[in-house]
Amino acid sequence: MDHALRRPTRPRGRTASVSSLAAVALLGLAACSSSDPLAEDGGDGGGAGDGSAIVVGSQQYYSNTIIAELFAQKLEAEGHEVEREFEIGRREVYMPEVESGAIDLFPEYAGNLLQHLDAESEAATREEILAGLEEALPDGVEALSAAEATDQDSYVVTAEFAEEHDLSDVGDLAGIDGGVRIAANSEFATRPYGPEGLQEVYGVDAEVVPVEDSGGPLTVRALKDGDADVADIYSADPTIEENDLVVLEDPEELVPPQPVVPLASEAVGEQARAAVEEVTAELTSEELLALNGRSIDEQAAAEDIAGDWLAEKDLD
Amino acid sequence: MTPLLEALDWVLTADSWTGPGGLGVRAGEHLLYSLLAVGLSALVALPAGLLIGHTGRGRGIAVVSTGVTRALPTLGVITLVALAAGIGLTAPMVAFIVLAVPSILAGAYSGVEAVDPQIVDAARAQGMSPVQVLLGVEVPLGMRLILGGVRLATLQVVATATLAAYVGAGGLGRPLFLGLRNYDYAMMLGASIVVILLAVVLDALFALGQRLLARRPGTA
Repeated sequence: MDHALRRPTRPRGRTASVSSLAAVALLGLAACSSSDPLAEDGGDGGGAGDGSAIVVGSQQYYSNTIIAELFAQKLEAEGHEVEREFEIGRREVYMPEVESGAIDLFPEYAGNLLQHLDAESEAATREEILAGLEEALPDGVEALSAAEATDQDSYVVTAEFAEEHDLSDVGDLAGIDGGVRIAANSEFATRPYGPEGLQEVYGVDAEVVPVEDSGGPLTVRALKDGDADVADIYSADPTIEENDLVVLEDPEELVPPQPVVPLASEAVGEQARAAVEEVTAELTSEELLALNGRSIDEQAAAEDIAGDWLAEKDLD
Repeated sequence: MTPLLEALDWVLTADSWTGPGGLGVRAGEHLLYSLLAVGLSALVALPAGLLIGHTGRGRGIAVVSTGVTRALPTLGVITLVALAAGIGLTAPMVAFIVLAVPSILAGAYSGVEAVDPQIVDAARAQGMSPVQVLLGVEVPLGMRLILGGVRLATLQVVATATLAAYVGAGGLGRPLFLGLRNYDYAMMLGASIVVILLAVVLDALFALGQRLLARRPGTA
């Protein structure tokens, strides 16, 4: 999809040139923003608004795109001009764009982002991670206030399996003879909260059954078929409830929390930041689950889901 | 070091090859999956293709259906089948067979069709039965094209068998996916290099086989 072409602010060629054009546009904005910070708020389109669009990015993950769409529509409702650069595959690709100012606003997950910026970080709790992020972010990029909602790896089992082995905490898995098989992406085997962390923190013997769909339907299928005992599924995934799966509690906080946090460049002005923070203030884990659920159940488009939600919360 | 050199370094390190998840085991699995898929496909597609070539019947259907299946994305087929059959080797095997059958089928019927009709007529005139004509004349004369189909299928399957790892099976896709997800590009590229080597070696063996056959009297 070529979102960037939906609201052309000027004639241009293909998407490939969009980010460089955006970078040029931002240079122009940086030059004038100090003299007239409200220029971007003019709802009249025309000369003043030209080239001052806020570029919103998103990961290639439906849930992230919905959050990005929430930000984008909220900003549009406030009279800002928004350009969408959605569905960017990898952090390695989009982070340099955020750092260079080619993308101004990006919904991120604090834990993984901190791990990306500072692999040595030992922050474990939500507060530590958000504080660590503050320090680790490069100049010119700021984390706005985080949402209550998190979307993190979680250990889930089927209801039957939980009942059979009397499971409520991750630590209860230690009581299962012969260890457990965990369906997850292959990289899970090398993550600090993977088999090694499980052994260290909870004394659980675990072996990974690699299924590469990031906790998607194949992972659920492996769990239901008994090809795996446990699955690693994102906590904001509606599939957990749909399939009557049980999320095991993690009292030792082995899995780093992943609160949703908007990254903003200097080009995002005070008023725009406040608008985005109005959105994150309403975004709880339950709300995020509901938003994701609409995407899965109704196959609704991100912009419709976001628009309805903003209207419901009186944020539009 | 450039990523490519790092990858070569990784492939040439003995440690990468040993152990239960080492390249040795993975390459073995990869080869096994590929040969199994091509073997099973040949079992179905060779007789069918020869029959189509010999009788000329069903050619239209064969052309259309092989064209359609060739357009199926293998990862999609794997995901669909795995949703029904669960994780493991079944889904990738089905997908690889879907991938291999069209080439083998096309090679088989074109091989038979390409034989000079006058030679076939001559064979019939001498009183050879249809089976004798097929096995004694058409197959040996069309062998180059028939083998060419199997060769193409093998190449396609070897190159695609990395996808078996997507649903929990082994093969060289395991280090490839792991490297991709862990940003360990040496591992990812290294696994790709081994896949390429496997493909090149197998292809060379087929080329050799085709050449040897060409020297035998009575084949073309």
